[in-house]
Amino acid sequence: MDFDLSEEQRLLKDSVERLVADKYDFESRKRYGAEPKGYSDGLWAQYAELGILGLPFAEEDGGFGGGAVDTMIVMEALGRALVLEPYLATVVLGGGALRRAGSAAQKQKIIPQIAEGSLKLALAHAEPQARYNLANVAATAKRDGDGWVLNGTKSGVLHGDSADLLVVSARVSGDQTAENGVALFLVPADAKGLARRGYATQDGLRAADIDLANVRVGADALLGGEDDGLAVVRRVYDDAIAATSAEAVGAMQRALELTVEYIKTRNQFGQAIGNFQALQHQAVDMFTALEQARSMAMYATMMAQEGDANERARAMAATRVQVGRSGRVVGKNGVQLHGGVGVTIEFAIGHYFKRLTMIDAMFGDADHHLGILSDLGGLLPAA
Amino acid sequence: MDLSFTLEEQAFREEVRAFFRTALPEQLRAKLRAGHHVSKEEQVEWQRTLNKKGWAVPHWPVEWGGTGWDPVRQYIFREELMGAPAPEPLAFNASMCGPVIIQFGSEEQKKHFLPRMANLDDWWCQGFSEPGSGSDLASLKTTARRDGDAYVVNGQKTWTTLAQHADWIFCLVRTDPSAKPQRGISFLLIDMKTPGITVRPIITIEGGHEVNEVFFDDVRVPAENLVGEENRGWDYAKFLLGNERVGIARVGASKERVRRIKLLASESRHGNPPMIENARFREKLAAIEVELKALEMTQMRVVANMATLEGKPDPASSILKIKGSEIQQTLTEMMVELAGPEALAYQPHGADGRNEPAAAPEWALTSAPNFFNYRKVSIYGGSNEIQKNIISKQVLGL
Ligand SMILES: Cc1cc2nc3c(=O)[nH]c(=O)nc-3n(C[C@H](O)[C@H](O)[C@H](O)COP(=O)(O)OP(=O)(O)OC[C@H]3O[C@@H](n4cnc5c(N)ncnc54)[C@H](O)[C@@H]3O)c2cc1C
Ligand SMILES: Cc1cc2nc3c(=O)[nH]c(=O)nc-3n(C[C@H](O)[C@H](O)[C@H](O)COP(=O)(O)OP(=O)(O)OC[C@H]3O[C@@H](n4cnc5c(N)ncnc54)[C@H](O)[C@@H]3O)c2cc1C
Repeated sequence: MDFDLSEEQRLLKDSVERLVADKYDFESRKRYGAEPKGYSDGLWAQYAELGILGLPFAEEDGGFGGGAVDTMIVMEALGRALVLEPYLATVVLGGGALRRAGSAAQKQKIIPQIAEGSLKLALAHAEPQARYNLANVAATAKRDGDGWVLNGTKSGVLHGDSADLLVVSARVSGDQTAENGVALFLVPADAKGLARRGYATQDGLRAADIDLANVRVGADALLGGEDDGLAVVRRVYDDAIAATSAEAVGAMQRALELTVEYIKTRNQFGQAIGNFQALQHQAVDMFTALEQARSMAMYATMMAQEGDANERARAMAATRVQVGRSGRVVGKNGVQLHGGVGVTIEFAIGHYFKRLTMIDAMFGDADHHLGILSDLGGLLPAA
Repeated sequence: MDLSFTLEEQAFREEVRAFFRTALPEQLRAKLRAGHHVSKEEQVEWQRTLNKKGWAVPHWPVEWGGTGWDPVRQYIFREELMGAPAPEPLAFNASMCGPVIIQFGSEEQKKHFLPRMANLDDWWCQGFSEPGSGSDLASLKTTARRDGDAYVVNGQKTWTTLAQHADWIFCLVRTDPSAKPQRGISFLLIDMKTPGITVRPIITIEGGHEVNEVFFDDVRVPAENLVGEENRGWDYAKFLLGNERVGIARVGASKERVRRIKLLASESRHGNPPMIENARFREKLAAIEVELKALEMTQMRVVANMATLEGKPDPASSILKIKGSEIQQTLTEMMVELAGPEALAYQPHGADGRNEPAAAPEWALTSAPNFFNYRKVSIYGGSNEIQKNIISKQVLGL
């Protein structure tokens, strides 16, 4: 058992943290958000240069052969700065589906483009009626010659509005909530019959609702088997849970720092309000929540590599519970300790609160995952 | 970063487990599982079994009976010990006074006391708190006045755990009343049989006798029983309190309780559906499990850091006490919930004869007393509010 990073990992951590520290202060972030896509393509190019866009992909496919720990390192650093670029959407979600289900040909064609920053992906799986039930897929895929025709609606597709290539899930067979019969397809964003409505999300990122009306794709668009798309999505969501947990930890860490800095300098009653024990103990609650979440983010990172789906599911559910709850404590206390300025758009703390809230809402919130965990019998055996 | 245990560490765990399987008397295991305290005789016998194996004081230096295990192995050992469940070696000997003597004591003190401590030939208790000095320990008033080759001790200690069993007490006493509070304190070892010592029981809310008041009336203590230097006792006390940080989370014990609750909750009682089928109960338990898993990982981070940082405390270690005590308390509460109306019957430790056996099973009868009793864990060892003050100051810089 050891918690140390390797030499390479330490270098990776240093370089990503340095980039973010240099380029991603709160004012710069506002500027990037105001750019047409809602993020900075200039920075995207720098991520490519740093090597983090190709990080988790195998070297023979044009990636850098990184593992879950490397992703954790990157996501934590990006979380500190509330980075707006579609790293999660491209590398973890869309790229994750490709990595886990793609044929050699598909991977070797697409991954080099991801790694060099010229191609962005998104995962279009969720649908309006599904809430957090991953199996609820109403979109359909029908065979058409050697190709397929897709119909349906996808919603809340993270960075779906600026992605070049979409990974779309659609039902080939079975009832709307059946575990089998879902397939994944690589669909170019400019495909005929595909319409996107992009919007800003509560946390300043972007997403899109996507309509598919008789969208025709070739046989080579099928990603993986016709029947195992859902298993791939579940696996990718598990990776995403690990990744966003690390992101949340980065955000919580920074939110705590901002809050402590603030209460050390804000004076009321003739002294720094950080002298008041009522506030000190709330800050300590933030710290405790952060460290417990950090522990679980590490646990999730380790368990993302676990082969047993049931064990992995328990671990991910447990992680979501802890990270969701911790995020809420850190976000709420952070705003409260800032007083009135905490609820203004001009102060960073509120933006951390919003991002932490939306991370919780994204892949199933804490309560949802508590239900999953308890239905799976929890973590420990009876004895 | 690799958070799994190595093959050697797993083999070590098996070795420890196998030892507990054969060496731990079944009756003792059953007693702990049912939520009872162990008697003095049981504690002594078990610690001697451990000592014979060389495992009573694993974290001490090898020359004084330690094992030389690295922090990870020590952690595994403790987890298996608590998970068995087996009694832990008496903390006053193994974790508190022993390490202080090893670090600051004289050669004679080491030679005389340490082997007897490890073997529980002497049962030690801790004389720190006083009626007027709880969290603010440095304000303590018990005095030790030098008189020839002895100190004469006067004053009162309180909350002294298991003083009724004790052969010796390690005390903080004031040797220089004119110095600043922290500067005038000394660390003194006192034989409980010395004339002038009176022990009076304090009965805790569940009816148990676990703490006491200890009065000192002109008690003569040989000067050679001073540990280290006069007036440096506060440093030794801080060292002692700092040592407890890792063990205090008691993750292994809480894991044992969770497994136990799950087993009991999966049984149908009186023809009712098992409690585990109740979604509210199940989710409550799952929520504690999440906190416990997080705490376990936090504790392992601290343990792993100890191996590399050599003694420098990890900021994360400060939360072990807070979270560990909260989880332990919640689990005792879950036991009460599980027992339902069967938690009601009154079965004080050392029944006074007016109670006839109740029909409820033992685990249900001990559930409420343990819940009541466990309020203590967020109070002693530096209360949880004091822990928050420490984090606020030392970690957050407030
Ligand atoms: C949406 C909104 C609308 C408002 N509308 C009005 C309005 O119409 N007119 C108007 O006059 N004002 C208005 N206010 C101002 C409001 O009354 C102040 O925000 C409030 O008094 C707190 O002051 P502060 O924001 O400066 O925070 P601070 O006083 O700086 O407090 C910061 C933090 O420190 C804590 N704190 C401060 N002192 C202590 C202490 N002694 N002990 C423990 N904790 C302490 C606070 O609880 C808070 O958590 C409004 C505020 C908001 C957010
Ligand atoms: C079952 C049990 C066994 C014990 N065994 C021993 C033993 O063997 N030997 C021994 O020496 N002692 C022992 N203790 C004593 C224990 O260490 C003290 O109870 C503890 O230090 C708290 O002191 P107190 O009880 O006087 O509470 P107080 O210090 O009076 O505290 C009362 C409340 O005020 C809070 N508080 C105090 N100061 C602050 C502050 N600065 N900021 C915020 N909140 C504060 C506390 O957290 C607590 O909630 C034992 C206690 C118990 C309950």
